[in-house]
Amino acid sequence: MEIKDDNISAMCKPAIGEAGRTGDWRDATPVIDNAKCIASVKNRPACYLCWLYCPDGVVRAGIPVQIDLDYCKGCGICAEECPAQAITMVMHEEVKQCR
Amino acid sequence: MPVRILTGNQAAAEAVKLCKVQVVSAYPITPSTSLTEYLAEWIERGVLKAEYVRVESEHSVMTVCVAASTVGARVFTSTSSHGLLYMHEQLHWAAGSRLPIVTCVINRGVGAPWSIFNDQQDSIAQRDTGWIQLYCRDNQEIIDTVIQAYRIAEQAYCPVMVCYDGFVLSHTMMPVEIPDADRVNGFLPPYKPHTILSQEAPRNINPVIFPNQRRDADGILRDGYMEFRWKLQHALEGARDVIVDVNREFAAAFGRDHGGMLWEHKLEDAEVCIVGIGSIASEATMAADILREEGIRAGVVGIRSYRPFPRAEIREALKKAPAIVIFEKNISYGYEGALCADIKAALYGTGVEAPVHNYIAGLGGRDVKAAELADAVRSSLADIAGGVRERQTWLNCVTE
Repeated sequence: MEIKDDNISAMCKPAIGEAGRTGDWRDATPVIDNAKCIASVKNRPACYLCWLYCPDGVVRAGIPVQIDLDYCKGCGICAEECPAQAITMVMHEEVKQCR
Repeated sequence: MPVRILTGNQAAAEAVKLCKVQVVSAYPITPSTSLTEYLAEWIERGVLKAEYVRVESEHSVMTVCVAASTVGARVFTSTSSHGLLYMHEQLHWAAGSRLPIVTCVINRGVGAPWSIFNDQQDSIAQRDTGWIQLYCRDNQEIIDTVIQAYRIAEQAYCPVMVCYDGFVLSHTMMPVEIPDADRVNGFLPPYKPHTILSQEAPRNINPVIFPNQRRDADGILRDGYMEFRWKLQHALEGARDVIVDVNREFAAAFGRDHGGMLWEHKLEDAEVCIVGIGSIASEATMAADILREEGIRAGVVGIRSYRPFPRAEIREALKKAPAIVIFEKNISYGYEGALCADIKAALYGTGVEAPVHNYIAGLGGRDVKAAELADAVRSSLADIAGGVRERQTWLNCVTE
């Protein structure tokens, strides 16, 4: 049975995916070259400017760095900020072969 | 219960104290009034245990009220004319958030050109913000209506404007019976917000809402923008019963009945029904008495709740009216008085075919005396006898 929204004003609980799978808004997809990414090259937690600057919090600061494409809107800020220029924004028609 | 001689603003301040308001926000300079000054003094002296938040504009005032009400505080503010207009955007936010904020509007004209004097253009212009609007005819009604307003607001989860005429009531002294504090406590239970916020159950309040319903992260179908608009409209329509019930309960507890949605004066056998809002309706009762002494059977309907509009009550009150004369202190430019338009709409399809004459009166503080209202009614009755069904007249105004 459908659960009815009984809120009399608009609200939601902060949760991943609350606004839907916003990754489908994306035209350009960030693709990371781990041969250039500082954290991967040094094999220790380092740099992570992509994680710091991502406005949607979809970058996971690990080794290697990973981006949650279910929610990445493709703004390109990570690619712009990356000091090693390890991130390339790839238009959607070419994404499948990169993934 | 003690009777004191109070201005309308003092009466409103006494009510705020009796209702144990917890947060007052104000921009206490023109166009505010002495009401917020009394509250500031009481809070400073510890007579009223509340936070007084001074901000730089009325827009911010209502923002503070929205925030404080959201986290469960009983809040109050008051303003006038341009202050209310500046608040306009946040009035929508308060209503859309379904917060039971009570605001006194001390009715004054709006510029250009500058006026500090009374009319009701300021609050009538906020008609479609989703706020309940109650109007008072004297200072006793101000103190009683503010107390009722918190009950209504917190039951219907809608904000309420308590409107009263600037200077005519706000700065005029009259005897006011102060309700007993214990009895007010019994009448007004503590405020319980519709949503309890806590660290355990965090909420995003008022996120972007898309046109359609959608599923949230838990798979629950959440309302879209239109569903929330409908819920607000449904709440305002339902507030009609709340206003009537609260008035009845108040009358039982305190012995004063101010009418639910509207009040009547000598209406039973009236051959002409005068309709008004606020102090001009009060003045019209004197005009009706003058006319009755001459043998003209005049009655008065005073609108107490302008939103929700008393559609059913108006239909009942005016169903036998041979002639209707409406006095109002606002103008919907390019049409007619806002009240006149609403009354005609309420009567549509009911079979009431009475002529309706509309008088725009008292704009920007122009004085209106009871004898002048009586003159206007006499003139309308003469015209109606001559077949004039509709008329818009600017009372005491040079229009040539």
